[in-house]
Amino acid sequence: MYKYDNYDHKIVNERVEQFRDQTQRYLAGEIADEEFLPLRLQNGLYVQRLAPMLRIAVPYGMLSSRQVRRLAHISRVFDKGYVHITTRQNVQLNWPALEEVPDILAELADVEMHAIQTSGNCIRNTTTDQFAGVAEDEIEDPRPWCELIRQWSTLHPEFAFLPRKFKIAVCGSTEDRAAFLLHDIGLQLVKNDSGELGFEVFVGGGLGRTPIIGSSIRKFLPKQHLLSYLDAIVRVYNRYGNRDNKYKARIKILVKAWTPAVFAQRVEAEWEHLKDGPSTLTDSEFSRVKSFFPSPDYTEVDGSESADKLAETAINNVAFKRWLDRNTQPQKQAGYRSVTLSLKPAGVAPGDVTDKQLETIADLADRFSFGELRATHNQNIVLTDVIESDLMELWQQAKESALATPTIGTINDMICCPGGDYCSLANAKSIPVAEAIQRKFSDLDYVYDLGDLELNISGCMNACGHHHVGHIGILGVDKKGKEWYQIQLGGSASRNASLAKVLGPSLSRDQITDGIEKLLDVYVENRIADESFLSTYQRIGIEKFKERVYAPST
Amino acid sequence: MPQVLKDNCVENDDWITLEESSETLPSGDVLLTYDQWQGFSEQLTRHDGGVGVIIDGNAEIEEIIESLLNLPLIAINFPKFADGRGFSTARLLRERYNYNGEIRAVGGFIRDQLYLMSRCGFNAFKFADDTDLSESAKSLQDFSENYQVSVEQKNPLFRRR
Ligand code: HEM
Ligand code: SF4
Repeated sequence: MYKYDNYDHKIVNERVEQFRDQTQRYLAGEIADEEFLPLRLQNGLYVQRLAPMLRIAVPYGMLSSRQVRRLAHISRVFDKGYVHITTRQNVQLNWPALEEVPDILAELADVEMHAIQTSGNCIRNTTTDQFAGVAEDEIEDPRPWCELIRQWSTLHPEFAFLPRKFKIAVCGSTEDRAAFLLHDIGLQLVKNDSGELGFEVFVGGGLGRTPIIGSSIRKFLPKQHLLSYLDAIVRVYNRYGNRDNKYKARIKILVKAWTPAVFAQRVEAEWEHLKDGPSTLTDSEFSRVKSFFPSPDYTEVDGSESADKLAETAINNVAFKRWLDRNTQPQKQAGYRSVTLSLKPAGVAPGDVTDKQLETIADLADRFSFGELRATHNQNIVLTDVIESDLMELWQQAKESALATPTIGTINDMICCPGGDYCSLANAKSIPVAEAIQRKFSDLDYVYDLGDLELNISGCMNACGHHHVGHIGILGVDKKGKEWYQIQLGGSASRNASLAKVLGPSLSRDQITDGIEKLLDVYVENRIADESFLSTYQRIGIEKFKERVYAPST
Repeated sequence: MPQVLKDNCVENDDWITLEESSETLPSGDVLLTYDQWQGFSEQLTRHDGGVGVIIDGNAEIEEIIESLLNLPLIAINFPKFADGRGFSTARLLRERYNYNGEIRAVGGFIRDQLYLMSRCGFNAFKFADDTDLSESAKSLQDFSENYQVSVEQKNPLFRRR
């Protein structure tokens, strides 16, 4: 994992002091509300329905056990003893006091963390695959690149006041687990014909009110040019993005208005001036940053022997087998697996985790995964590099702390935004809908039979819960002051990204679980062999689903 | 006398700005909007003081740059502080067009932006309101280290660490 040197420490500490001064001047009435707003947003501080919210950056999702213990401590001392894992791999506190935020930031800085640019119209935390470094289909580990982007984007002098927020994701594998096509810039690591490493560059993806899938503007960008090319893209956006209407201000709208081809030309023209300048990355910087992401100290394991042993253990323990099947997956290193700790037990807001659980997670990471872990955009926690012979013990300990709900990748592993319980922009609550679905579909055999199914819930069209890219998406809408829910079908955030289609008129809160059950019935009746929900939908279309859900009850 | 924060010091500001509709050009150092500058072009050939021009952050700088480069002062106007276009404009002036004169921020920017603005090439700050200049100058010292290339730091941190 990346380790700060004196430079990194200095920059983050100076940011804490800057924000402390700004907060004091604000509290003393020397900074107006509207001026303090972007200053606090640039430091992840929202003011919400009930209290401020502080969003803490977790660069590309990587955390050390020490950082997780500090988060537990912070949540206990400054908040109500729990935190929330967001869909952008960050951590959110729901109840900090404004006066105490500078102290929280100082606590974070001490463990090499910060809240810089987690909100506001600037370049946000860069995200990637939660299985970076261990995925079987990896082309190249994306984390060193994410770290280079983190440093380049942190307190960038020119891009702190963009037309709108700006998000970058990097994908280093053949499968996409970073939803990179739904980011302002999506970077796909590729190798060209001569085996050189570079990026295919996509721009203009995004969710929100106008969901759009990103367009490729450059097939191959040699790796050393990454930062100057990013400078060129963001400069074009900073100068020409719409600033009159915030709903038209994302880069996706500019790319669409100009067309991707014209946008690409503008970027290339700007880049002509920047190319080969001092921002060109050097070999020594590549090796410096790469050296922070070494392979851990693996033990030599006989892969097939280990697999046999594991299968034997599982045969006698149905509950363990369920967890093994759903919550763990193989790595490119034989004999090791990645484990997803579920933050989706029924009755808990998806992605919420308590101080006690955080401490358990830190202990598990120390014991089983070299002291490191990852926050995922599906709002769970991943422990990588667990030797297979330890899985049983890990499972038992995780289970005791309610971290082993064996439903990863199923309907009950939904992505869900904070919604009306916390968020002042909400049209409707989303957390109780998630809970109702989890309670309705509590029969695990049924849930497993449904297989891989992504269900995403947002409380309004801002789409924090990614409803447009759920196989089933649920969107809260407001009808005459009442909460209603629109259902969408067929979205996907994978490599073949697609946006979901609206099923029909919205349903009320009490109709929603029955509506979903009908969708699932149509799927089960129509699927061929082990076809997934998404494939079945793609084959048979929306009509059958629609007929069933809106059929007059008999 | 109005004041300006320039090169880290509070100074008297001698530059005269005109009413939008002003029809006469006063003597002395004048700071004109781009339209005024065009309008007075004839009188300016006989003008006995300095001339500076205010451009908007969204100016198509590429199209007017030739005529600007010999001016001692270019002011970049911020319609509101959240409008970050002027940051790019200043960098282009310094880094692409090697402009060495004064680049002055005018309009709705705020004190807490000063540090980043100075990294983009602004060396003078004229607030629209009565912001305390010597207090504000402290914000120019917010950081002592940065990752990126900027106008006053030609080498990114990765070439120095
Ligand atoms: C409760 C306070 C929150 C507020 C006020 C809020 C506000 C917003 C708004 C206004 C947008 C749309 C912006 C746009 O598209 O231009 C948005 C998008 C988004 N938010 Fe939130 N949000 C909140 C919490 C969260 C949380 C907790 C998460 C993570 C679980 C989250 C993740 C996202 C994501 C992933 C997007 C979509 C990004 C995209 O458009 O590409 N937000 N949020
Ligand atoms: S989707 Fe809407 S309701 Fe949900 S967190 Fe985002 S802004 Fe709030």
